[in-house]
Amino acid sequence: MTRFVLRRLLLFVPTLWVIATLTFFLLRLAPGGPFNAERDIPATARAALARQYGLDRPLAEQYLTFLAHAARLDFGPSYKFPARQVRTILLEGFRVSAELGGWALLVALLAGIPLGVIAALRQNTAADAAVMGVALAGVSIPNFVLGPLLVLAFSLGLYWLPPALWEGPSSRVLPVLTLAAAYVAYVARLTRAGMLEVLRQDFIRTARAKGLPERAVVLRHALRLGLLPVVSYLGPAAAAIIMGSLVVEQVFAVPGLGRYLVNGAFNRDYTLVMGVVLFYAAFLMAFNLIVDLAYAWLDPRVELD
Amino acid sequence: MSVAAAPPALATGPPRSLWSDARRRLARNRAAVAAAWFLALVVLACCAAPWLPGLADPAAQDLRLGASPPAAAHPFGTDELGRDLLARVLVGGRISLLVGLVGTLVSLLVGVTWGAVAGYRGGRLDEWMMRTVDVLYALPTIFLVILLLVFFSRSLLMLFVALGLVQWLTMARIVRGQVLSLKRQTFVEAARALGATGSSVVFRHIVPNTLGPVIVYATLTVPAVVLQEAFLSFLGLGIQPPDASWGTLIADGARVMALFPWLVVFPGLALSLTLLAFNFLGDGLRDALDPQDRQQAR
Repeated sequence: MTRFVLRRLLLFVPTLWVIATLTFFLLRLAPGGPFNAERDIPATARAALARQYGLDRPLAEQYLTFLAHAARLDFGPSYKFPARQVRTILLEGFRVSAELGGWALLVALLAGIPLGVIAALRQNTAADAAVMGVALAGVSIPNFVLGPLLVLAFSLGLYWLPPALWEGPSSRVLPVLTLAAAYVAYVARLTRAGMLEVLRQDFIRTARAKGLPERAVVLRHALRLGLLPVVSYLGPAAAAIIMGSLVVEQVFAVPGLGRYLVNGAFNRDYTLVMGVVLFYAAFLMAFNLIVDLAYAWLDPRVELD
Repeated sequence: MSVAAAPPALATGPPRSLWSDARRRLARNRAAVAAAWFLALVVLACCAAPWLPGLADPAAQDLRLGASPPAAAHPFGTDELGRDLLARVLVGGRISLLVGLVGTLVSLLVGVTWGAVAGYRGGRLDEWMMRTVDVLYALPTIFLVILLLVFFSRSLLMLFVALGLVQWLTMARIVRGQVLSLKRQTFVEAARALGATGSSVVFRHIVPNTLGPVIVYATLTVPAVVLQEAFLSFLGLGIQPPDASWGTLIADGARVMALFPWLVVFPGLALSLTLLAFNFLGDGLRDALDPQDRQQAR
């Protein structure tokens, strides 16, 4: 167990190094720089800017400095907004994005799992077909279609909820729902499949034969194993939710990390983009480690080594 | 093909091949059949859009008309420049479907080759190739796609390459798993005994036998690529004007949706229904082509 965690933590370093190296050289190879996006500036001013950001040093030196600083989460000031440190932007943006993503994940689990269980228990009935039909529709409607449609209905039609921004609880509802919808559907599908698999097994028949009430059979015995596919989906789900938040933050003007990334990419804000990409990569790896640990805890058959 | 032979005890009537059996089972799945017809209709309408009689020219502006709601002359309405939305949705669909198809082909080409070579050669090469896949899996690849598109070029070609390169990983894993189990079978040994070279064994004898899972996964890759193209275009990183895809139409429509809601509703419907149909068809194909499931569900 401890060895497993240690080994995984050791794997973090090379993976992060690969990502850091890739992004660093990709951005340096790219034509055009952050300071020639707008009007031409005098050569001396350009040289002064380059000196300030260390862009005049040899590439190898820039690379090593970058790695050393990145290890401390220090990516220097933003290119576009020099008064702000990338680290400050990261932490600020992540607070918002984590809240948005966390709520979305919670909604997905709280709605998806019960729906999946109901569908599995009533396999091949109208309820099952309804849940699965809605789930398939949910998977197929992209969030950038759903978001505008929800705004159209609840903000511009019924005037119930604000159409954008991130101020106060009521402004959270539409972004969270938009982000969660696809994952509610996905979690429901996975739960149903997992439960159907488990309910066929011998230990469930034994539990029923012992005379346990159906509720206990389902909730105490079947659900624990039936949820395994959902647990292993949490890693990819976190990645997908991060990707989805790029869109949702754009649609609802939420000041999260995804918005900084997209705008930073357009502004060629090297330091900010690298910071966000590395930060998300590290976050996803840590998240996946936790998911694997949870998996082993839920399924006694899994041994970590 | 060893998987194709039905066990003698269960065989009633003439032996069925994997493909005829699959076709029969697919035909019984009404949702999948409906999805297939719908997709055929969409593909046909999109491809034939420039020559469809009665369809307006998607570029023809009518500034006096402006944005008008759906009516007999313009079933989907018109945009702010008076362009017919139905024509624009169909022509946009051409690009969306093209990206989906080409992206899937790129992922097929890279994924099948990578997985087949890794699985067949085994050993250190396999170890190294699959580690590469693992590392790439851990990367937030969509960020790399965004970086590629922003910093190099936002051309259609770059979009094909970038999206295809993201999608081949799962394909490589699926094919490798299949190849690992197939390469020990007697027909492979026979091919080798007859003097077939390594690459001809892999690509003439083994890869054709992995087609079932590959087709299923490819059917599910098309909507994934279409969705990603729309996602990138929505963010302004994909298809650039004057070209339009469903993603850019939705993005444009979302900007003015308070005034002209139909401009976001119809492209959104087109995209969602197409994705839904691909998913139904993929699910149906999986049920029809999964050899493990064939005996029980007969």
